Amino acid sequence: MTEQQWPLWEVFIRSKQGLDHKHAGSIHAADAAMAIENARDVYTRRMEGVSIWVVESKYIHASNPDEASSLYDPANDKIYRHPTFYDLPDELKHM
Amino acid sequence: MDRNSHINYILQLADNALVLGHRNSEWTGHGPILEQDIALSNIALDLIGQARYLYQYAAKLAAGEVTEDTLAYGRDAWDFRNCLLVEQTNGDWGKTILRQFLFSAWQYFFYEQLQQSRDSELAAIAEKAYKEVVYHLRWSSEWVIRLGDGTTESHQRMEKALELLWKFTGEFFVPAGYEKEGIGIAVDPAVIRPLWEDKVNEVLAEAGLRANPETWMQTGGKEGRHTEELGYLLAEMQFLQRAYPGCEW
Repeated sequence: MTEQQWPLWEVFIRSKQGLDHKHAGSIHAADAAMAIENARDVYTRRMEGVSIWVVESKYIHASNPDEASSLYDPANDKIYRHPTFYDLPDELKHM
Repeated sequence: MDRNSHINYILQLADNALVLGHRNSEWTGHGPILEQDIALSNIALDLIGQARYLYQYAAKLAAGEVTEDTLAYGRDAWDFRNCLLVEQTNGDWGKTILRQFLFSAWQYFFYEQLQQSRDSELAAIAEKAYKEVVYHLRWSSEWVIRLGDGTTESHQRMEKALELLWKFTGEFFVPAGYEKEGIGIAVDPAVIRPLWEDKVNEVLAEAGLRANPETWMQTGGKEGRHTEELGYLLAEMQFLQRAYPGCEW
């Protein structure tokens, strides 16, 4: 086998209807169809999901960790941005 | 259908699933890429799961000392009823894929029909297994097309695999003695033959492959006359139970 690798794909799994897709991990695949099949085989073997998204890893753009202090720290003392002053009924899940 | 034929019929289905499941499991840890290693191991587990349900049912009908384990590990090659295709060696990835595809296409239409069986236990097993086989067929079809319509080398390897395996496909549709008796319980091979041919020809055409229609078809597996490959497979698969009968861990 040659050492040429298939591209890397990021896998997002929705575990239940109504929930969000969450990042599950990554896999190698030659194209999108194979990526979904591989994701199914690698990440949903134990009934983890009802829906799969894949996106080629090169299309994910990330924030720069060096800028973390300027990007995230200023939100630290803005308590008024949290909706913590409402009473939620117990029946409301996943908030 | 008398009891012996009934048991043989179930054993044929169980042996198909166990032998191919074992063949696929030989790839575990050796797959060409981690993702496909897991995919084929999943299929191996599906097939061995199907085999277990069928052996348990056969053991119940046989009664006495017979268990699913004695059926899987205690019989010799001439007692196995699996078709010749599933016992063929793995070869390269292309041969393994093609073997899976040809068999999954058969299992797909077979289980579809078996769900209508008057034997409610077989119908229930078929219903569960069918869902698994839908995926096996989809997965293996994708791969046959990918490899057949891929590079020059992958195409050549698929042609070679087709030449090696095609002669074992005729057996699907030649009923063994115990199959002929099973009206109402067994699936009529004549019903699934055209369905199988359409599906297989469609995928092969898309893959740019063509089976030789002049191929002489080898049969015998369903009646216990196997190729030499099965003996080696059983020697490895059954070793532990043969050397340490009844051993558990």
